[in-house]
Amino acid sequence: MKIIFFLILLSLLVAIGFLAAFIWAVRSGQYDDDVTPSIRILFDDTNEKSINDND
Amino acid sequence: MTTIEKFSYDNTSVRNFALATAFWGLIGMLVGLWAALQLIFPALNFATAEVTFGRIRPLHTNAVIFAFVGNGIFMGVYYSLQRLLKARMYSDLLSKIHFWGWQAIIVSAAITLPLGLTSSHEYAELLLPIDILIAVIWIVFGINMFGTILKRRENHLYVAIWFYIATWVTVTVLHIGNNLVIPVSFWKSYPVFAGVQDALVQWWYGHNAVAFFLTTPYLGLMYYYLPKAANRPVFSYRLSIIHFWALIFIYIWAGPHHLLYTSLPDWAQSLGTVFSIMLIAPSWGGMLNGLLTLRGAWDRVRTDPILKFMVVAITAYGMATFEGPMLSIKSVNAISHFTDWTIGHVHVGTLGWNGMLTFGVLYWLLPRIYGTKLYSVKLANTHFWIATLGTLFYTVPLYVAGWTQHFMWKGFLPSGALEYSNFLETVTAILPMYYMRAVGGTIYVLGVFVMIYNLRQTIKKGTLIENEAAEAPPLLPHPEGKPEHWHRRIERKPMLMLVGSTIAILIGGMVEFFPMVLLDENVPKIATVQPYTPLELEGRDLYVREGCMGCHSQMVRPFRWEVERYDLRGDAGYSKSGEFIYDRPFLWGSKRTGPDLHRVGKKYADSWHFMHMFEPTSTSPGSIMPPYPWMFYNNLDLTDLPAKIRVLQKLNTPYPEGFDEVAILDLKKQAKEITKNLKEQMASSIPDFEKQGINMEDLEEKEIIALIAYLQRLGMDIRPKD
Repeated sequence: MKIIFFLILLSLLVAIGFLAAFIWAVRSGQYDDDVTPSIRILFDDTNEKSINDND
Repeated sequence: MTTIEKFSYDNTSVRNFALATAFWGLIGMLVGLWAALQLIFPALNFATAEVTFGRIRPLHTNAVIFAFVGNGIFMGVYYSLQRLLKARMYSDLLSKIHFWGWQAIIVSAAITLPLGLTSSHEYAELLLPIDILIAVIWIVFGINMFGTILKRRENHLYVAIWFYIATWVTVTVLHIGNNLVIPVSFWKSYPVFAGVQDALVQWWYGHNAVAFFLTTPYLGLMYYYLPKAANRPVFSYRLSIIHFWALIFIYIWAGPHHLLYTSLPDWAQSLGTVFSIMLIAPSWGGMLNGLLTLRGAWDRVRTDPILKFMVVAITAYGMATFEGPMLSIKSVNAISHFTDWTIGHVHVGTLGWNGMLTFGVLYWLLPRIYGTKLYSVKLANTHFWIATLGTLFYTVPLYVAGWTQHFMWKGFLPSGALEYSNFLETVTAILPMYYMRAVGGTIYVLGVFVMIYNLRQTIKKGTLIENEAAEAPPLLPHPEGKPEHWHRRIERKPMLMLVGSTIAILIGGMVEFFPMVLLDENVPKIATVQPYTPLELEGRDLYVREGCMGCHSQMVRPFRWEVERYDLRGDAGYSKSGEFIYDRPFLWGSKRTGPDLHRVGKKYADSWHFMHMFEPTSTSPGSIMPPYPWMFYNNLDLTDLPAKIRVLQKLNTPYPEGFDEVAILDLKKQAKEITKNLKEQMASSIPDFEKQGINMEDLEEKEIIALIAYLQRLGMDIRPKD
């Protein structure tokens, strides 16, 4: 049943990849601000005038 | 002084994916409804091989997962990614290739699955040429997504984007891992793993397909579209980040819970159980985060159909992710496995979570990209109630059916004999529940018709804003203005790192893994277990072609009530891992609409199988199994047989040297014997069959002979010879 070890290894490697991504995210300041991003997405940056031009 | 850059969002791709979502959703659900109807009216296959249950069940699952939800993911990602990153999709050309490529995959699936071209691996039924196309298009999607992330104008990656990234990375690994096959011909290949190993890889894949195709991308959509629709920030952004990372690290280990009480080693089963139970924490954290986002907005939920859809979707997510861990507990799984409970559980997730969220996003997004308002809020509300009722009518009967099956399967009389020794009784007992389920499915599909009408009228009212103008300041490379440290430069390219590490993982994995596959000395062997004869092998491939494993398991679990029922002669017992070493693919199945077949060999005479396959009700009155008359008219196709033998030899199946050249002769000899037996056993009824148009003269060349040979072989190897 070496296949189990293979799958565990593969899953571990995926997990390590995500761990690296997590460490990057924390160290690069992605999570320094954990409030504004959730509010920022509510504002649309669309230029309203151009929408009307389209009609 | 920062300059403001002007650019535009690509709405055309979003629109294309949105229309494809609605269209394939309808088709996929109609096929599902058709399959459900065949369970109560087997004649609804119209005696046509291509649309018989075993072939359209995978068509249904593939259509709703990869066509409906797949296009839904791309629709949601293409719209939200551009806005979250303040950048147009990386390449319009790649967006086009992605869209049309994905539709081409769906169409090729819709053609090949009814033709019986299937790998038999659930949710991975498509064959090698289509698998390669999927990989190519998936990579196109990846380049397009990561390209957009690289040219973003917003430094922070919103939590939804992390969910999209995880989806892409993990699906890539899973897709490749579960489709490692050696081709025999263009459409035929054998998996490199056999038996228990194949089962483990398949369910490692199968579980994660649910996790990373039906769940993580949709959680990303939830974290974007729910706040947008409610116009309030997510309850706790910090919790959403914890939700993401916790989910990602736990999800990938849960696969073995699909194989509890099978021949999989016990410790691997326990590993699956432990991680599955841990999953409750992040899943419910996410669910509560979604529901609490609506705090202070519940008055709007009363009137806004979009929010209603989303609330029910998130509630269904909560129910399914509570039920899932419970089903992963061995004693609960002993009840649920192989019954309709599983089907009910899955549909809470798909009809409730995926369906409802998709509908909500469609209603929210289409009017926006058409610069108009939804045609009818009232119709959308009607759709909401139809969909909710449909889900309830669909799932509740299946829970009842599941429990009924279980208690009937394991009922014993005081004498020690099985209470319902004829499996058929346990099938006919749940037919009323199958009727109700079909009613529920019909209701749900009606709702989709209402939605499509509403969306069509909305589109007619507005004009597509193909390129939506937007503006944002560019991303400053390093705001500190200090000289860069070397590792900061690498860190600024996280996406390249992620893609690079995925490839590295895969290459590393292959290197580890191929020598092991070719030297599988570690699989427990049973001396008497021999490879299939050429005729049995062809019969097995026909069993796969007809999708028999969709209704029949080949895994007698180590319970008294299973051994008693299936091992009638009492000399083989439950299924052992060593019995499956030549099974490529494994055919354990996941559902018993009919009885288990792993001990069916020599249980009945050849003539019984002959009559049963021609008209199941002739031997089993009341059976809902469809007849397979085409197997009596079609000649067995032997074109690939020598190549099949050679491929299996390469995979260490111990056929003697040069066996590929004599395989056809061997096959014909065995077919002749079976035909001779058959004719002796049914001498009196031969004229009846001839009247039905079966040519009894060249019977030995027909497909049915190979199938009978295979069925009669099942479970024989570990029995004492007569």
